[in-house]
Amino acid sequence: MLQSKSFVRKTKQGKVVKVVREHYLRDDIYCGASSCKVCDSSGARLTSSASTILIVDTNVVLNQIDLLENQAIDEVVILSVVLEEVKNKNLAVYNRLRALCSNSMRKFFVFSNEYHRETYVKAMVGESPNDRNDRAIRVAAQWYQNHLGNATRVLLITNDRENKRKATEEGISAETVESYVKSLGQPGLLDLLVQPPSQDLGMEEVEDLRPSKRKIIYTEHKPMSEITAGLHRGIYHQGKLRVNRYNPFEAYVGSESIGDEIIIYGRPNMNRAFDGDIVAVELLPQDQWHEEKSLSIVDEEDDEEENVHLVPNSADDAPRVTNQMQGSVGDANAVLSRPSGRVVGVIKRNWHSYCGSLEPMPMPAGSGGVAHALFVSKDRRIPKIRIQTRQLGNLLDKRIVVAVDSWDCLSRYPSGHYVRTIGEIGDRDTESEVVLIENDIDNRPFASQILACLPPLPWSVSSEDLANPIRQDLRHVRVFSVDPPGCKDIDDALHCTALPDGNFEVGVRIEMTPEAEIISTRYTKSVIKSCAALSYVEAQARMDDSRLMDPLTADLRNMNALAKVMRQRRIDRGALTLASAEVKFQIDTETHDPLDIGMYQIREANQMVEEFMLAANVSVAAKILEHFPLCSLLRRHPSPTREMLEPLLRTAAAVGLNLDVSTSKALANSLDRAVGDDPYFNKLIRILATRCMTQAVYFCSGDLTPPEFCHYGLATPLYTHFTSPIRRYADVVVHRLLAASLGIYKLPGIFQDRPQLTSISDNLNYRHRNAQMASRSSVELHTLIYFRKRPTDTQARIVKIRSNGFIVFVPKFGIEGPVYLTGRGDKGSGEWLVDEQQQKVKKIDGSISYGVLQTVRIHMEVVEPQPNRPKLQLTLI
Amino acid sequence: MEFVSPEGLRLDGRRPMEMRQIRAEIGAVSRADGSAVFEMGNTKVIAAVYGPREVQNRSQQINDQALVRCEYSMANFSTGDRMRKPKGDRRSTEISLVIRQTMEACILTHLMPRSQIDIFVQVLQADGGTRSACINAATLALADAGIPMCDLVTSCSAGYLNSTALLDLNYVEDSAGGPDVTVGILPKSEKVTLLQMDAKLPMDTFENVMQLAIEGCKAVATYIREVLLENTKQLEYRRGV
Ligand SMILES: [Zn+2]
Repeated sequence: MLQSKSFVRKTKQGKVVKVVREHYLRDDIYCGASSCKVCDSSGARLTSSASTILIVDTNVVLNQIDLLENQAIDEVVILSVVLEEVKNKNLAVYNRLRALCSNSMRKFFVFSNEYHRETYVKAMVGESPNDRNDRAIRVAAQWYQNHLGNATRVLLITNDRENKRKATEEGISAETVESYVKSLGQPGLLDLLVQPPSQDLGMEEVEDLRPSKRKIIYTEHKPMSEITAGLHRGIYHQGKLRVNRYNPFEAYVGSESIGDEIIIYGRPNMNRAFDGDIVAVELLPQDQWHEEKSLSIVDEEDDEEENVHLVPNSADDAPRVTNQMQGSVGDANAVLSRPSGRVVGVIKRNWHSYCGSLEPMPMPAGSGGVAHALFVSKDRRIPKIRIQTRQLGNLLDKRIVVAVDSWDCLSRYPSGHYVRTIGEIGDRDTESEVVLIENDIDNRPFASQILACLPPLPWSVSSEDLANPIRQDLRHVRVFSVDPPGCKDIDDALHCTALPDGNFEVGVRIEMTPEAEIISTRYTKSVIKSCAALSYVEAQARMDDSRLMDPLTADLRNMNALAKVMRQRRIDRGALTLASAEVKFQIDTETHDPLDIGMYQIREANQMVEEFMLAANVSVAAKILEHFPLCSLLRRHPSPTREMLEPLLRTAAAVGLNLDVSTSKALANSLDRAVGDDPYFNKLIRILATRCMTQAVYFCSGDLTPPEFCHYGLATPLYTHFTSPIRRYADVVVHRLLAASLGIYKLPGIFQDRPQLTSISDNLNYRHRNAQMASRSSVELHTLIYFRKRPTDTQARIVKIRSNGFIVFVPKFGIEGPVYLTGRGDKGSGEWLVDEQQQKVKKIDGSISYGVLQTVRIHMEVVEPQPNRPKLQLTLI
Repeated sequence: MEFVSPEGLRLDGRRPMEMRQIRAEIGAVSRADGSAVFEMGNTKVIAAVYGPREVQNRSQQINDQALVRCEYSMANFSTGDRMRKPKGDRRSTEISLVIRQTMEACILTHLMPRSQIDIFVQVLQADGGTRSACINAATLALADAGIPMCDLVTSCSAGYLNSTALLDLNYVEDSAGGPDVTVGILPKSEKVTLLQMDAKLPMDTFENVMQLAIEGCKAVATYIREVLLENTKQLEYRRGV
């Protein structure tokens, strides 16, 4: 049966055109009940025993998706009209709904009512699209009831009063979400319900009755039409809001229209915008820029105490505006030249669900009723969220997930609802899951479709592979691998063969002279046979043992000699030897608790492998760029600006050290010369230098100009990641590019699409960053677990002076954190004085002073200032 | 965009392997020697055939076979925007050529030396698949004009969107920018006389898509035969046979 849909549409040029679309109605769309005698039940999802089948309307899906995701809700029919409306209104919810429908564990069935001959409804004259869709939902519900007969109750769930009334009139059973959930008799489920905006609801008044709370806290958001007009006229600026990870009262909006970042100071100016929201911003008058800055510091009523954390490995891990102290004139100006503004409206919300815990609170009298609690996200960028719960006693010591529903201008905090419990606070598994969720890491097993791409196990080199002329058989070559101890994915295979002419043929097929000059490079697919899988330690031991004279050890020694030459040359070019405080845990095999922490020891063997991997990466980068100048995936490391190096320079100056930061070469030399009276001094300075640099990033070569390709840290004009395709996707992409440049495979289509390649590199950077954040969080978690049973006294170095104390770095454990000289709260007022120039904090009477880089002894202990909130505390001995 | 829902339905309610409704009518232009209207969904084209007749421009005359000419145009009202459609632009010239070559392949031109056959096709309403509709209409019009042909030529297109091969793309699907394979076949011998695609597809996918289009061509051929048979019956009836 054919229906023709016609509607009028406005084109981009503003012309009005009539669009006519065909719409085919079918009689082969089935009901999805496995018991149905009439329908084909091969795709059925609803069980035959179900006494009630639910049909939900669009708003129920949009608002109560967390409820739908709960196992308690099942036997649901999703109509295509609902799907379509959800898709148009909220893509994120749509994707979650689709995931539910395709999940074989759940009983959600999609009924294409819009294409069914008996359930399609045509809009009547004068009927609004909403009314038409509501009618379509009722018609489908009616059809289901008639189709399935009286043995099954078809229940329409709608919170729309009018729709519910009409449904009842037409003889369809209908209920609101609340009454349905109540009828299930599981009070916990009620927590999942999204509450309607607070004005309508009596329960909310528990908190809001207090007159002080009823006042308007935030300015009303401007209506969309006004925002569009304002953006058009250039008085508003659109951009994505980014909240400072280390100071939630400060945010940035990258605006294309003014070509700069607009700083938003304080929650009132952020005006209920969340991190990641697309917002419209109005610039403040220039004379207010300075005053507003203080907002970000003054408004700290719920400031969290700074925690002990891992030492940052780059500027990206550290606070962006490091200067918390007032009075540093030069610095303040640099910050103040940035425009500041306030949010006037949110164009697109980035709300999702967040991990965290409830703020400790006393159990309300008469427990069992509804309690109001404040949820504190692990992610400091997210404000506290108000939720209602009927299971407060249960949740206080748990990590939970909460979703945001609304934020009106009368309430200080947004409202949300409980989604699920992860586990107990402080429990290793729970906290590890939190780390994964927080960093958007998907640890579900690979889908069967993905695994189907792999050859079956056990795998071995097939005879076809060997016969393939493209693949070179190198099994006769003495190849060995050197990887970290306990490494499962052996991927650093090397070989080093002396050629008859006295040259060496090395590892990743790079030919070299004895002076490590690269003569020629060759790339080929190959088959290798590894004669030894060595760990760094084993390789090092072999090289050091002068009694060993076997060919493998000789190869290692030759290679090491080459690597040393290459390394020296790289350093001469200006490559920085940066230091990071990587720590290593020894984990109990039974309890998985950390037994010991220590700094990761770097051996010559590591450096040897690293050197050859670097060389391979550099030459592959050159090779792919030569063939595909516009679509190569490379990795660059931007030079740090002087502003970024400022903290390093200030610290160095305070200890009388003069660093030349004009080029990476100059900096490298200065760092080499920075030798103090103690052996650790140089390493400390290098660690401080490392944290001033930004991280290297992937990019698409077509997006930047060649001078921007350069890798500052390695001092090479080109770099990429090639050597670890089994653990990094970037390397897989680069492998494909290399294969295409050698004519082994054709270049996949996506490389011809630059925007897509750009989005791949953006995603790589996002995932890389998240992986690093997760790894850091995990180390911090294990550090906390370690010190829980082991209060320790140790040496620490002061790295930053604060008005009420200082930040120390603990070399042995690779962490840093605050040590307070005065009680928290009275920030340096009174006893202690800060000398900004000298980077010293002195007692007023001059009896004691602490300077930057000074060694102090501290005591480390895990304390619980609030129940279930353990943290590591550092105190001066 | 989602062109095929997980339930396996396309935007207009068809399944991937389904064609739009087709409809044909013979003899829409009485002055022409043969004519036909052919519809595939909302795409509607008219074809009129004149000939075989004397060659108008003597210099073009071919001594051992007929001269086939084709003119393709789009009515100004054929798309929603009622724009004036330029004649003789690159696209129409190209389509004219494609139709001419495809039809020439089945007309027994050697039976009509020194004569001329004119095929005029005009798109009355465009909704994707105009090329195929034009060829199908031209086949019917040629048959109506009684021009000797070795076989019918029928055409259908198929595309590839959301990793699914789709038969007979409509305008919305066509504008998605995915590959669109137009195939013309001689249904009796299953020989391919037209194959067009201006995109890139991996070889195995391409074969699937092309096979689907060929199935479409066969379905069109079955329908066209029915229409011709019905038409012949009508003629017989009118002549009182
Ligand atoms: Zn049924």
